[in-house]
Amino acid sequence: MSDVVEKTLTALPSLLSLDSQPGTGKLSGTSKLGNLIRNIAELTSKHDEEKLIKKELAAIKEHVSSPNTTLRQMKEIMVRMIYCEMLGYEASFGYIHAIKLAQQGSLLEKRVGYLAVSLFLNESHELLLLLVNTVLKDLQSTNLIEVCMALTVTSQIFPKDMIPAVLPLVEDKLQHSKEIIRRKAVLALYKFYLIAPNQVQHIHDKFRKALCDKDPDVMAASLHIYGQMIKENPEGYKDLTESFVTILKQVVGGKLPVEFNYHSVPAPWLQIQLLRILALLGKDDQSTSELMYDVLDESVRRAEINHNMTYAILFECVKTVYTIYPKSDLLEKAAKCIGKFVLSPKINLKYLGLKALTYVIQQDPNLALQHQMTIIECLDHSDPIVKRETLELLYRITNGQNVTVIVEKMLDFLRQSKDEYTTIDLVGKVAELAEKYPFTDNNEWFIQTMNIVLSVGGDVMQPDIPNNFLRLLAEGFENETEDHQLRLHAVNSYLSLLEKDNVHVPQRFLQVISWVLGEYFFLKAETKPEVVLDKLGRLLDQSFVTSETKGWIIAAITKLSSHTVCPNTVAEVAQKYTTSLDTVLRQHAFELKHLNEDRDLIRRVLPLDASCEDIEVDTSLSFLDGFVADALGRGAAPYKPHHQRQEELSQEKALNYEPYGLSLPVSLSSCSITGRQSPTGLSLSSGLSGNSTEMGPKGGSNSLKLEGVRNVWGKEGYLPQKETTAEGTLQVLPGHEGPGTEESAMENASLQPDLASPTIPEEDQEKQQLASSLFVGLGSHNTLCLMGKSENTSQRFRRKTNKTQESSNASEKFSDSSISSRSTVESLMDNNILENTSSEQETELTTLNQSSNQASEFQDSTTPDGLLNGGEREKQDMSSDPSGQAPSLFTGGDMVILQPSCAAAENEQPPATRPPPSLPTELSQLAHSGVQGLCSNESIAVSACKIYKDDSVVLVVFITNKSTSAIKDIIVRFAPTELKVSESTSHGFPLLEGQNTANCQCSVLMEKPCAQGALVGSIAYQAEPEKSSELQFSLAFALADFIRPLTISTEEYGKLWLAFSNDVKQNLKLLSDAKDPLTATLNALKETLQLHIVDIIGTEGIVACQLLPAIPCLLHCRINTGMLAVWLRSPSPDLPDCLLYQCQKAIQKL
Amino acid sequence: MMQFMLLFSRQGKLRLQKWYVPLSDKEKKKITRELVQTVLARKPKMCSFLEWRDLKIVYKRYASLYFCCAIEDQDNELITLEIIHRYVELLDKYFGSVCELDIIFNFEKAYFILDEFLLGGEAQETSKKNVLKAIEQADLLQEEMETPRSVLEEIGLT
Repeated sequence: MSDVVEKTLTALPSLLSLDSQPGTGKLSGTSKLGNLIRNIAELTSKHDEEKLIKKELAAIKEHVSSPNTTLRQMKEIMVRMIYCEMLGYEASFGYIHAIKLAQQGSLLEKRVGYLAVSLFLNESHELLLLLVNTVLKDLQSTNLIEVCMALTVTSQIFPKDMIPAVLPLVEDKLQHSKEIIRRKAVLALYKFYLIAPNQVQHIHDKFRKALCDKDPDVMAASLHIYGQMIKENPEGYKDLTESFVTILKQVVGGKLPVEFNYHSVPAPWLQIQLLRILALLGKDDQSTSELMYDVLDESVRRAEINHNMTYAILFECVKTVYTIYPKSDLLEKAAKCIGKFVLSPKINLKYLGLKALTYVIQQDPNLALQHQMTIIECLDHSDPIVKRETLELLYRITNGQNVTVIVEKMLDFLRQSKDEYTTIDLVGKVAELAEKYPFTDNNEWFIQTMNIVLSVGGDVMQPDIPNNFLRLLAEGFENETEDHQLRLHAVNSYLSLLEKDNVHVPQRFLQVISWVLGEYFFLKAETKPEVVLDKLGRLLDQSFVTSETKGWIIAAITKLSSHTVCPNTVAEVAQKYTTSLDTVLRQHAFELKHLNEDRDLIRRVLPLDASCEDIEVDTSLSFLDGFVADALGRGAAPYKPHHQRQEELSQEKALNYEPYGLSLPVSLSSCSITGRQSPTGLSLSSGLSGNSTEMGPKGGSNSLKLEGVRNVWGKEGYLPQKETTAEGTLQVLPGHEGPGTEESAMENASLQPDLASPTIPEEDQEKQQLASSLFVGLGSHNTLCLMGKSENTSQRFRRKTNKTQESSNASEKFSDSSISSRSTVESLMDNNILENTSSEQETELTTLNQSSNQASEFQDSTTPDGLLNGGEREKQDMSSDPSGQAPSLFTGGDMVILQPSCAAAENEQPPATRPPPSLPTELSQLAHSGVQGLCSNESIAVSACKIYKDDSVVLVVFITNKSTSAIKDIIVRFAPTELKVSESTSHGFPLLEGQNTANCQCSVLMEKPCAQGALVGSIAYQAEPEKSSELQFSLAFALADFIRPLTISTEEYGKLWLAFSNDVKQNLKLLSDAKDPLTATLNALKETLQLHIVDIIGTEGIVACQLLPAIPCLLHCRINTGMLAVWLRSPSPDLPDCLLYQCQKAIQKL
Repeated sequence: MMQFMLLFSRQGKLRLQKWYVPLSDKEKKKITRELVQTVLARKPKMCSFLEWRDLKIVYKRYASLYFCCAIEDQDNELITLEIIHRYVELLDKYFGSVCELDIIFNFEKAYFILDEFLLGGEAQETSKKNVLKAIEQADLLQEEMETPRSVLEEIGLT
């Protein structure tokens, strides 16, 4: 291709002057476009260009609106308009003419018209509606080129709402005799699937036909649709795995016609598409993965020619091999491929090699050791992209020993980076690492690193970084003295920072500084609070400080003032800001003023070092009861929730005022809930507001702000003796592993160069040293866990604040727990005690103590899975706390146990067949799904069963210990997705005996309606002491799981119908062979989807249902020319669409 | 899926733009400006891939023209390079030893070829012969514009 483009713009004048020169004829140098382009090229300034184009556009505008302009001229004008738009000048006046040209022009003009439309407009442009008729006409044309053009434009831009209009025509084209038409039709359907998947739901059969098309291009086009569908729901297409494998085999084997070759590589695009699909299908699925091992092997083997395209295929193979269920010899080959990439002199391949390493490093840390020298070189690469990727790789292999070096490298890069995206990303990663290993060097390191993070990340970083940092500082770690040191360091470094005259730090950092100083000033005894006060006061006067930050500073001043008698500064500040225009500041100032006058009160409100103490909040606002009762007594209207008010509103008026009603409910709610700030207050009905005890625990849970906190604290950096030796082993290169493990890491590092060359230049020695500090602690040893995600059990710590919370939660569990499961629980419990007293070692005395405490609690409460480590006091708390909240168990340690799935796990034994666990009796009588396996390995199996209660969906998770020995510290967690697991997202079990099964329950809600959602979770456990493992699982929920009948009368239905604004209409298939098709179809829907048929009148039927907890959806069905026209309405904007999708699916199944 | 493709000259002048995701004009301009700047600032020996926002950018220079594609995270960078290369091959075959001027003066043809090769951000026709056949057949009509329609209908694509 080197000879392709030799002529450049510099050659322009000479070319243009020589019209006779070959090649210039097609440049249409004499056309108006040619003139325009030439004129622009001659201009020197941007300003002149602007003037010229403005003039040109004015001329064009005049032309297009003149009735004398022919279509042929219009075509030429259109091209010029496209050119002007490309230069960045708007020509929106011409859009309508582009549509006209597509509509009226002959073929060539039409082609330009369609092109202009696709370039000018985007999917949501309103003018696009005018194109629909043209497309319809052209789709029906007998001229193939017109059909092609119509299909092309449809797959580029088409208004979503108009898809039903063209869908049947596009579907017809799937049977067309010309492959180009079939291919374009498939791609148009792919586009439809992307923008409106529900609309093409019914033609899945035809996709299969396209997949079997005799033309490879049509088949390849259908793979785009399959790729998308499989990505969304891999379970549904496992049966196609063999077909995909067969296709890939044929392609790789060179069975396709030669014209599909690309530089003698057979159909590479097709190969890569297939490899990607296989990866999706084989992920976490051993049996499916086994089907593809052969063909993957073949692909890797065949892709040996040294061409970019084969590297593309190899790269995709590597990704697939590492995504699917592992197979050792394939992994070996893939690792070799990665080596080829990493060691390649071509920068592109090297970069991708690094990417591949980053991708697989957690599965195979040895690879990083193999390529450590390359990685070091890349760390200093002149291309920042390569450098950045190297840092990403290092980030993934960070552990307690190399964290300082890696963080330093990252900070170096950060200081040079100007790209905001990179800054945000890197700052987040540094903060994460620093927080994970806070005690690596000493306390100062953590504070200093965070200082850089806060000052570099400034105001672009994620807001949770400063929040987490403060939380960490406040909640502390295990060791009181270290916490103290840490805080003192922070105070010291901030005070010295404020020492400087021109402190110019980001607002977020200032906020952190003021909070820390306000909270922990007292730790630094030698500095008087007055000094701190003074500094903060000066900061307040700085002009660059935003009012939000000023709020933080005043809050800090308030805290400081509670422990010092320094009325001057404080009073000044208070006085100054009571007149501030900013209401928040003004409020702060008034608070400060009043507190400052009442010394008793201020000490009570702001005690020292109490940021982690719980504050009792009465969220039910029971103290207002008297007020409410008074008001009611005086004849005030009782409080009504928002939806009730709306309903009444729509009942009063015969007309639907929906579009104008928006402002009304808002003002209504704001006046009726004055003073009720808490969101829970809103959902309370007036009848409930009196009962404060019932809401008590909820208040407690509100004050506990631990959701979403990464529970990763520990101090792996401080190594117990045992671990040091382990790391020492790892330093030895693979192959040298074995005895002699007592050597230190440094010694090993000096041994390594010997392998490479006998004499080492100085520079290399430096690199070696860097390597030894970077790759320390990496390797294949079993006990080693990457990224420090495994923590020692003994190192776990507890958040101080949680004590009361735990107890209330446990008691909830107690009252909630199923009595029927008592017997199993008791046997489990007995085992616990036995196990604890007999087999635990001395070193784990603490655990033992805890466990026996737990055991005694088991006896008291018959909690099936309560894990609690408190003593008597908490038990008393429990019994005094009459809560009714659903299970929420605190699980001892806040550790995250995550072991990267071991690549060499294929020697796993096939799971023994065992009877599925059975449900507790009182649940088994409810409607429920079958027990479904979620994940398992040689020691543990997790399965689940959905219970369909009338008011909720309860998920029962069974954990079975498949081994014969006990498993400890099992924690089941759920990650937040579109599905919400109520109250508690984690459940824990202290101990599960061999061959036993435990279960836990939680109720699941669909927060935002969607057709399908997955509940993602993980189970962490310790099968043997000190070794924690984690398994991931996910469980699919359909919308139908959450749909319940809504029993209402026809009249109520009528009122509700008017009140709902979001609607969707669609035609569904009718069960036409039944005697009464409408009733039959509706009954079928009722059966599968739990709908309530309100009434059937003639050819119309009305149906109602609700999405749990209480989002109603109404369906209006009517028979219309052999179809069932369904009209759905709901207050939720998403529900109708999703429900419709479910209906379509349900009918399809019949 | 490819998100968009940009062709621009060494001087930073946009020569062709194709967007496969709906974006506002303002956003398109911003992205174009930013990317042209970033890509032009890179040195010749640097790697052809960039991480940019949440997308991956793949670019390659052919003489005075830069071809620049944005792809999603799971997409393959190397095959995108080959897509660019195949497009250049197609242009070359169609124009006969293509140069930047061909694309400047006949950019609508370049668009037609692109549309025949990539549709909705995915490669639709990977056979070079077939792409050009489709384009040439449509081009043929130019000469036969005056002939009656019934003849046109028989042309079709064979």
